[in-house]
Amino acid sequence: MKPIIIIRNLKKSYGSNHVLDGFNMELNEGENLVIMGKSGSGKSVMIKCLIGLEDADSGSIEVMGKDILKLEQEEMDDLRTEIGFLFQGSALYDSMSVRENLEFPLRRHTKKFGIIEDTTPLVTEALRNVGLEHAIDLMPNELSGGMKRRIALARTLILQPKIILYDEPTTGLDPITSKEIIMLMKSVQEKYKTSSVIITHDVDCARVISNRMILLVDGINYAEGTFEELASSTDPKVKAFFK
Amino acid sequence: MNTVLKISESFQSFLSEIGDLSYFSGRFFKEAFKRPFEFKEFIRQCYQMGNRSLLLVAVTGFIIGLVFTLQSRPTLQEFGAVSWMPSMVSISIIREIGPIITALICAGRIGSGIGAELGSMRVTEQIDAMEVSGTNPFKFLVVTRILATICMLPVLVIIGDGIALYGSYLVENLKGNVSFQLYFNQVFEALEFGDLLPATIKSFFFGFAIGLVGCYKGYNCKKGTAGVGLAANSAVVYTSMLLFIIDFIAVFVTDIFYDL
Repeated sequence: MKPIIIIRNLKKSYGSNHVLDGFNMELNEGENLVIMGKSGSGKSVMIKCLIGLEDADSGSIEVMGKDILKLEQEEMDDLRTEIGFLFQGSALYDSMSVRENLEFPLRRHTKKFGIIEDTTPLVTEALRNVGLEHAIDLMPNELSGGMKRRIALARTLILQPKIILYDEPTTGLDPITSKEIIMLMKSVQEKYKTSSVIITHDVDCARVISNRMILLVDGINYAEGTFEELASSTDPKVKAFFK
Repeated sequence: MNTVLKISESFQSFLSEIGDLSYFSGRFFKEAFKRPFEFKEFIRQCYQMGNRSLLLVAVTGFIIGLVFTLQSRPTLQEFGAVSWMPSMVSISIIREIGPIITALICAGRIGSGIGAELGSMRVTEQIDAMEVSGTNPFKFLVVTRILATICMLPVLVIIGDGIALYGSYLVENLKGNVSFQLYFNQVFEALEFGDLLPATIKSFFFGFAIGLVGCYKGYNCKKGTAGVGLAANSAVVYTSMLLFIIDFIAVFVTDIFYDL
């Protein structure tokens, strides 16, 4: 399998706090890579560096053959259409309806999609994928936490990305909704053949969805392997995650 | 020693804030003339800002016209100069009171609204979501809002001035039996192009200041939900201060032109 993301020796500090201290990662095409770590271990910072929301201090981040640290803004924006990002809090635009939330990225990427006169079929299709076709005219404040997460996933999918980054997709959800979201992520991956980086604390999520896992401790890859390999590790720091 | 250190730190942070605001304003000019233009959002913002502030501006303008005339009348009567009332009121309102009062109201209404809205979008990662979807959030959120305040403030000032003059006319009509036609004839006789133009130009700058500071505070909002309140609050405080500085400069420059 060909790597679609390669991160080498990534470093990021805030003052004297070294959040990432030489992090390395490779994501292969069609793979689901789960990254686990304690709060404050640098998972979210890493994923934000990966999408260009945070500037890395040093190291290299190569996405689909392009070093994102050297890209111009316009090139970065074009590349971002190939990367979906599901935020922990869903981040739906609360002044827009569900339809407008989904149309928003679609109307602004004429380079990729051309000028779309009628976006309804695409919006409906994206909503059907997450089972919320009926919510098309609702406002975000009328949606439950689980629904918001699904709509956010639909908004991510509408740009047909090759890579999806999930930032704690099940945090704050009840166990049943969490399971639904995990199954949805799995079905999306199977249907669209996307590659995913999933940041989570949720062991069930990691078990179901991961092809490979990285444990991030103190800003470095502490351990790496499949779920079964890590779950059966005797290292106390690794075991602590699976208790 | 501690006090000196604190003063020096505050001064440093003040200068750094001025620098950031200047950079933010430079970015606005850079982005405002670059394609694609978010025309639909600009119109929506114009409507929102105009519509949301119109009633407040109208009521305040009306009351200012009434009060100003009521307060000035006894003094003018003492000097037998009541007939100068329309001229005095119109010049005061058009040149100074109308623009500055409308701008202060809009700083409270629009500036704080922008600060809170963008601040809340920042802390709930909506701005980040726009950025990762490959859209320029600065262009969509900031440029449209600043342009809308620049365009709408002069309109609101003109409406506010008109309503204030009508309020003044009502007092004159009730107390001095002055007709509508006579009152406004005197108003337009007293007013010159040189009164209207600086006031209108000044209003564009007021609009720019309101939009710029509101957007700057909201867009750079930190510290979670508490930061949203702080962004809204400081947007009003900084804008009000900036409005008086702009007003002073505008009056100073206008005065030079009058002397010429």
